[in-house]
This record gives sequence, C-alpha cells and structure tokens, in this order.
Amino acid sequence: MTEKSGGEVAIRSSAPAVAGEQGVQLQGGSRDFVTVTIAEQLFGIPVLEVRDVLRPQAMTRVPLAPPEIAGVLNLRGRIVTAIDVRCRLNLPPRDEEQRGMNAVVDYHGEPYALVFDSVGEVLSLPDDAHERTPATLNPRWREVADGIYRLDGRLLVVLEVERLLAFAKTRVAA
Amino acid sequence: MDELLQEFLTETNESISLLDVELVNLEQNPDNPGLIDNIFRLVHTIKGTCGFLGLPRLEKVAHASENVLGKVRDGELTVSAGAVSLVLASIDQIKAILSSLEANEKEPKGDDSVLIGQLNHLAETGEVPAPPPRAGVEDQAAPEKASQKVAADKPAGGKKTAKKASGKAVAKAPEAESDADEAGEAPEPFDPELGRELLPGEVSLAELDAIFEATEVAPEIASPPAAAAAPPAATGKSGAEEPLERGVESAIANQSIRVNVTLLENLMTMVSELVLTRNQLLQMVRGEEGSAFTVPLQRLSHCTSELQENVMKTRMQPIGNAWAKLPRIIRDLGLELGKKIQLDMHGQDTELDRQVLELIKDPLTHMVRNSADHGLENTEARRAAGKSETGHVRLNAFHEGGHIIITVADDGKGLSTEVIRRKAVEKGLATEAEAAALTPQQVQQFIFRAGFSTAANVTSVSGRGVGMDVVRTNIEKIGGTIELRSEEGRGTTFTIKIPLTLAIVSALIVECSGERYAIPQLSVVELVRTAANSEMQIEQIQDTPVLRLRNRLLPLVFLSKVLDMATLEERKREAFVVVVQVGSAQFGIVVDGVFDTEEIVVKPVAPVLRDISVFGGNTILGDGSVIMILDVNGIAGTMEDVQMEKELDEEEEERHRATTDERTSLLLFRAGGKEPKAVPLGLVARLEELAVESIEHVDGREMVQYRGALMPLLRMRAGAALRESGRQPVLVFSDANRTMGLVVDEILDIVEAELKVEMASEIDGIVGTAVIAGKATELLDLGYYLQKAFGDWFNTSREKPFGAADATRRVLLVDDSPFFRNMLTPILGAAGYNVTAVGSADEALALRNRGLTFDIIVSDIEMPGMNGFDFAAEVRRSPDWQAVPLIALSSHATQHDFEHGRTVGFSDYIAKFDRDALLTVLSHTLGEAA
Repeated sequence: MTEKSGGEVAIRSSAPAVAGEQGVQLQGGSRDFVTVTIAEQLFGIPVLEVRDVLRPQAMTRVPLAPPEIAGVLNLRGRIVTAIDVRCRLNLPPRDEEQRGMNAVVDYHGEPYALVFDSVGEVLSLPDDAHERTPATLNPRWREVADGIYRLDGRLLVVLEVERLLAFAKTRVAA
Repeated sequence: MDELLQEFLTETNESISLLDVELVNLEQNPDNPGLIDNIFRLVHTIKGTCGFLGLPRLEKVAHASENVLGKVRDGELTVSAGAVSLVLASIDQIKAILSSLEANEKEPKGDDSVLIGQLNHLAETGEVPAPPPRAGVEDQAAPEKASQKVAADKPAGGKKTAKKASGKAVAKAPEAESDADEAGEAPEPFDPELGRELLPGEVSLAELDAIFEATEVAPEIASPPAAAAAPPAATGKSGAEEPLERGVESAIANQSIRVNVTLLENLMTMVSELVLTRNQLLQMVRGEEGSAFTVPLQRLSHCTSELQENVMKTRMQPIGNAWAKLPRIIRDLGLELGKKIQLDMHGQDTELDRQVLELIKDPLTHMVRNSADHGLENTEARRAAGKSETGHVRLNAFHEGGHIIITVADDGKGLSTEVIRRKAVEKGLATEAEAAALTPQQVQQFIFRAGFSTAANVTSVSGRGVGMDVVRTNIEKIGGTIELRSEEGRGTTFTIKIPLTLAIVSALIVECSGERYAIPQLSVVELVRTAANSEMQIEQIQDTPVLRLRNRLLPLVFLSKVLDMATLEERKREAFVVVVQVGSAQFGIVVDGVFDTEEIVVKPVAPVLRDISVFGGNTILGDGSVIMILDVNGIAGTMEDVQMEKELDEEEEERHRATTDERTSLLLFRAGGKEPKAVPLGLVARLEELAVESIEHVDGREMVQYRGALMPLLRMRAGAALRESGRQPVLVFSDANRTMGLVVDEILDIVEAELKVEMASEIDGIVGTAVIAGKATELLDLGYYLQKAFGDWFNTSREKPFGAADATRRVLLVDDSPFFRNMLTPILGAAGYNVTAVGSADEALALRNRGLTFDIIVSDIEMPGMNGFDFAAEVRRSPDWQAVPLIALSSHATQHDFEHGRTVGFSDYIAKFDRDALLTVLSHTLGEAA
C-alpha cells in the first residue's frame, strides 16, 4: 500500500523484520496481517481483506442505527459504513479528542470502515506462532477472534472480519 | 416506422447473422444436435413472427427451410453441403426481402416458388435438387435484379454471353458481386463445393461434368426452375416485381443495438457520480468571484446535464410495455365475469424509467383488474342504469412536469360512500360520528386501508381486501402518489403520479440536532417558519404538537424525536416546519434549520441500516459529506405505529366489552357542565341544529316551530344557556304526535358501550353515572324530561292500560340495569301501571316466595346470574306465578332468541327502548290474560 491522496496513509511492510526478529527462517507458511490496536491490545486483520486505511474521517452519524455503527463516511465517492470496533468488543468509548483510524474492508460487496485506535504495520506471521483462541476469552472477543499469534513480548488477536460485521445477525439471534 | 416492425427487423437481422454462422458450423459438425436445434428454433421464430406480422412471402420461405431443418433435426435428412447451401440460400432470400421491407415498410412483391420448390424437394426426397435447382439457388441467392438481367439477356444466347450477362448482372448489383463472380466468371471455386454437395447423392464424374456445364449455362438452358424464374423477372421489369437489394446491411439493425441492462445501470451510476462531482465543483467555485474555473465548469456542467439526460433516455421505456398484458387480462376477466368490457389505452408511448416501470407494472395490473371487477357493473345492472352495456376501462398516461401521470378510469358504479362508511365503522377504523362527519372524499380514502374491501363477494379476481393498500404502498415507495375520485353511479378514476426516474432527485437539505438530512423535494408541499411570538407557532394539545395552518390543524412530528436525538432546547424560539404529503394526508416535520435544495443521487444504505424505515437512502453532498435521506413514508409509518397501537388497544377493549355484556349505542353530548352526558341512541329521534332566532318564548317556556308543530325546548339545567346566535344543537325526542327538544351545548360522539351505571344520581334528570369511552358520563333520565315537557305525555298514549278503570295492574320489572329500571318505571308508572322493579331474577323469585303476585312480568334477558330464559322457566315451574304473562325485553333479539323465549314461556319479545311497543304489548297481553 502506498501513499494515495488525502486521508490515506502508507503502511510499511515489515515482513522481513519479523522474521529477522525471530532470528529463524521458519518452515511452513505464513500469513500477512495489518496490525491495529484498541486499548493497547494488538489485533491483526488479514492484509488481503483490507482495502484502504484512512486517517480519522469526518463522519455522519446515523440515528436509530445499532450502537456499533459509528456513522457513514465518504471514501472517494463511495459511502462507507463505519463500525466502531471498540463498541463491538464491549470496550468503553474512545476519548473525545482521540479520533480513530479506519481500516476499510469489503463484506458482501459493501465497504465497511472498521474504526480502531491506531493502525500499525503489515506483519508476516508464521503459521506455527498461531494458537487457537483461548476458551476462557471474553465471549464477545472470542466471537470475533480467529486465534492468537505469539509475538515477541506481545500477543496479537486475529480478527475475523466476517464475524466482526455479523453483529446485526447475532443481535437478532440473541 | 411501426415499432413492432422495427423490433422485428432488428431481431430477425440478428437471428440471421447468427444463422449464417450456425449453419456453417453445422456443415462442419453435422452431428451436433444442439446446433441443429438452435438453427431450427431460430428459423422457426422467424417464421412465427412473420406469420404474426402478416408477411406471407417471408413466412413461406422460412417455412420451407424450416421444413428441411425439421427433417434434419429428426434425423430424416443428413446434413450435406448442398442442403446447407440451400438453407443458406433461403436465409439470403429472407435477408433480401427484409432489407426491402426495411426500406419500404412492406413486403416486396415477388415469387420464391423456385427456392421453395427446391427446399420442399429436399425435404420430401432427401435429395438435394440437382443442377438446375443449383442454378436456381444461385439465381435466388443473387439479387433478383441480377436474375432479371440474366433473363433479359437470355435472347442474346450463348454460353459466353450468359457468362457476360452474369458479369453485367454483377455490375448492376454489386452487392451480389462475389456470388455472381462465382457463378459467371470463376466457376472453379464451385468445384469442391459441388463435389461435396453431390457426394451423398453418388453422382458420377460424368454426370458431374454435365451438371457443371449445365450450371454454367443455366439461364440459357430453359430448365424448368429458370423458366419459372423468368416470367416474374419479366413482370419485374414492368414494375410488378420489386427489386430486392441484398447484402445491404440493415440500417435499422445497425441503428439499434441490444445492450445489457446491467451495463446501462452501471452507466447510470457513473453519470450519477459525475453529477455529484460536478455539484461538488460548483460548490467550491460558487463563492469565488471571477475564478478561472467558472467557464470550463459551466461547460462541464452543461455536458454533464446533457449526458445525464441522454443516459436517462436509454433507460426510458414506453409505458405500453407494462400494459401489454392488460387487453388479454381484461378479455379473460370479461368472459369470467360475464361482463362486456372494453379497455381503452392512451399514451402507450409515454416513456418512463425502466426501474419505475417494473415497479408500477403490478400495481397497475391490479388496479385495472379492480376497475373491471369491482368498478364495472354487470350487463344487466348497466342496462338498468341506462348505460351502454359495454363497460369501459380507460388507461391514460402522459407527462406533466417531472412526473408521469397515469389514470385508470372506469365508467362503472363508482364507490358507494355509504357502504364504505358502514364498513369503516364495522372494521373499527372510525366511530359512527367520525364516519358521519367525513366528506365523501375522505370516506373514499378508506379503500386504501389494509384489509378493506367493499366487494360483497370474494371472487377469484378481487375482493379479498388485499390490494389497494399494497398498491398505494408500492406507489409511495417510488415517491409517487395515488389519488382517487369517484362519483356514485358514474365511475371511479384513480390518478397516479410518479417521478420519471428514481436515480437523481432534488432534495431539501434540513438540519436537526446538528446533523443534516435530505428530504426528497417531491414529497415536500411547503415550508413554514415558526417562532414563539409570531403568527405561526407550534401549539400543543396535551403532548401532541400541532400547527395552525390556514384554518387547518396540521399534525407535527419533531424530527429529533423521530430520530431519537437529544434536542438541546425542545421549545426553540424558532423552528421550521416542512409540510409533507403522504398519500392524501399531510403532516409537518419540525426541523431546526433549512438549507437549500440540491440534486442528489439516491444510494441505498448499507444492509445493516436497511431496517431503519425513516431513511430512504443516503447520498454525498456537494461538499463531500455523507447525508442520510429521510423517507417521508417511513416517518409517517412511525406515526401510524402509534395510531395502530391505539387502534389495537381499542380493538382489545372492544372484544373485551363484547364478551362481557350487551352493548348499546349511546349518543354522547355536553349540556350544562363539562362532563359528557349520554342517552341511548334508540331514544333519540333526530339531531337538529336550530337557528337561535327561531326559538320563541311562549308562556315562559321556550318553543320552536318544528315540522309544522310546536316543539317545547327543555334545558338540562336551569343554568344551561341557549346560544347567543347561530345554530343551537338540539336532541329531538319524538312520539307519534308529540315532539320534545332537549337543548345541549354540543353533540360529541356516538359510541357503542356497555351501559353500566356505576353510581345512582340524586339529581333530577340524571339516572346515574357510568364510565363510557373511558370517561365518567352522566346518563340522561329521559322520563324526567318527558314528564316535564308534557305532564300528560304518557296519558295521551293511544293505548290505555287494559282495564285501567279497574284496580291498577301490577307489573314486575326485572332488569339488572338501573338505567332501564329508572327509565321504564316512570314510563310504565305514567301509563297507569303499578311497577315493582328489581335488579335480578333472584330478587324477583324472592318476591314470589314472599307470596306477592303480579299481573304481568317484564324481564330482561341478559342478566348476570340467572338469565331471562332460566328465570322464565323457573316462573313457569312454580304454581304461584304459572299463569302470569311474561314479556321479554332485550336489546339484541334474534329469531333464535325469540323462538327460545317462546319455548321457555315468554309471551312476547320486545326490543328495549321501544316504549310504544312495550305499552301496546302490555295492554294486549293483559287483555288476553283477563
């Protein structure tokens, strides 16, 4: 991803760095993730699913919408629905002055912006660093998590976009 | 050119191009059944369409080649080059005829019997017609002009001349160049073809040679086909045969192409984006005086508008497309219902957006069907009404402004206001008083309510009450409106008004709680600015905000409330009311501010937001921000929800009431005091409004001349004042020859309610207090007033109590309702009876046990505890009262009840409130008993 116009930012690919850090060229495959953070927690979204990363955007609130809907925004003429991932994960709202970064993903042909506290870099993570989601994790989190990666000193929770956006359905089911 | 013909040409030209390819394909893969099927189908379609359009010449040719193809398909013929060539030749002929058809709009005269003969020969014998036909084929394949020329040149004779002639023919008909070349000057290329062609037929080389020769000189040698071709050629010269120009690419086919609808949609979307971008640019430049961008931007703007318009046009289709099925539907309907119906359609060419067309197709069909079924009377009724036997349904479409107007009119019986009114009351959509107050126009609107059908019988066609509400919903969904005008006996006209296109609309941008919203301009009627101290201000009835607008009360909704947004100061000093129209109803949406109008492109909202009914979509404004588009119908829906809830409650209550006790129609009114008063409707003769000036004062009493007699007017209370001027509402109570008017302040309503007196009253003229329609209501003691108006009211009754001269007759009145007891006691008393009134059967039986006797017993049927029937049975069982006549009183007397009453021992059955009947029956029964 390179610098485009306006609100987009470049993401530095740092895949080799990870491998380097770990010091060993691991056997087997690896997956690339865009890292994002919410409340200091590191998350990863499969890089292929991320279409755009946007700086904080002017957003239009949608009254009567589910609380997870942060609003709608204009991305080069397309109307994108923004999902407040904090709300989705049952976390307290962000500070007023801190405006979230957006990772735009496609879901059933519709663009959605996932609002995080910050967006980091692209990491290539080896498959053998992957762990299943702990059964003891908060159900809300477990619902959207697709396993954990052990990084140096940190843990990265993989977010599954499909399940993250399926809140309308789960709400109905619940 | 006829549209149908044009379409046919486009389509057939397409099929023919396809056929060319497919036939060649077939030749190479003779065993591919799919190919044969496809070819057969194409030719068959052409034949069918020709027949349909009345193009006999084309049809014949197509038919002949279809025959051949049919045999091939059925395996009776093998695919050979010769056969393929022959079929191709027929295709060429069709092509030639088509191009002439396109030029002249009619089939050229001419004769294809040679070609047809060959095709038939092939079909029948399986043999490809030998050389002469081959030549014939050539002849046919080449333009007739060429063959004419050849024929004309024939006298010149000689092989070479023929060749030359062919060459000339080629020159004259350059379109046919290649074919003619082959025929005349380059016979060699024929070799392989002929060889292939004749292989299946096992033709010897010698024969081949002979054939070859014959082919070359075909025009010369008077072979039958050639000869057959000659006469027409000759006549052709004289003009009877129109020259066929072949090979000219169909102009029409070239002028219109088929484009995938998705592609058009995409194009439209792109144009929409372009419009948005233009708006954005315009907005940026707007403030800047003398910007360098101004002029180019104007051009861009102009081009964009033009582009938008043209792209819109590609999506436009004549509304006739949606009507195509209607004549058939009407015809079938006419047969089914035994009606003579004529469907007139006007303005089929009126164009509208494809998308809109699709959406109104079904509602329109439904409405036309409705008009034919409900609207039009049957033949006898029409004759009786002095109308022509044939009913007319008229469909009309035309443009008006940015809208298309469609009317569906019938000259049938029209909507019966009375029937609808009754139905509306029955269905609980309005109370009797409400329904009575509505204008016919308002009453007619009920047919748009869900589940409303006035058709007495449910037919297979309509009458199930699902329909007009759905029609209206569908039309409103696309921003349209539907209006109805009906005149009883004259017919009904529906007028539908829909926007031409949905993609780009003009919208009013409003502000509410700091956010902006768009309201489609189509639904906006007007804008009103309100302020606390101005003429226009928002008033409250309870918690309901309303606005006085030109002598009308406009219901209001606060957008902030609809959207569940916090408002900082609810009662703002200044607000704007956007008056919108939904169907026939208007209401106001209160917003904090109004900006301008802007052309917006409606984009659907994301699926997760689709459930929010108040938004019809979203869009991007010129300044790049996203804005939600309000759906006025959706907002009206949120209001209706509230209403519906109320209706449901009422229904619930009604059901509850119906199951617990009998209900009486009560007239509610106000007279002397704020609390409502009630009187059984059955007792009231008429409701009048008398001119105050007509009230006369005679002998200290107020009188009015009413229907040729003097009518005393009574007031509820001494304090109750007459109106100063204008008209005074009066309840009129009437007897055969006496009338009395009761002065009231206001007539409130007529309700069905259970009469249950909760508290007896000490006040004269009031029986007691009951809860009616949720309010404490005083029940009028009519007996008191009648007594007051005419001291002799009851004495003048024509029916004297039997044996009145003798000892007073004793009547036992059993009724659980204190109201009736209180009302009937004075009436019967006044009539000279000695009345004992009790509230239950048990009390009555207790009297019996105490040894009291009565001359007659009048009993209510519906009573708590022991009901009237059981009471009667009990009375009859005991020796003491065995002979006492029993009269039943009931407000709901059915035949069944009546019979039942007879069997258990009632002598007669009288409806409550029928004072005269009661007195008469009492008198008679006592007479008989005596």
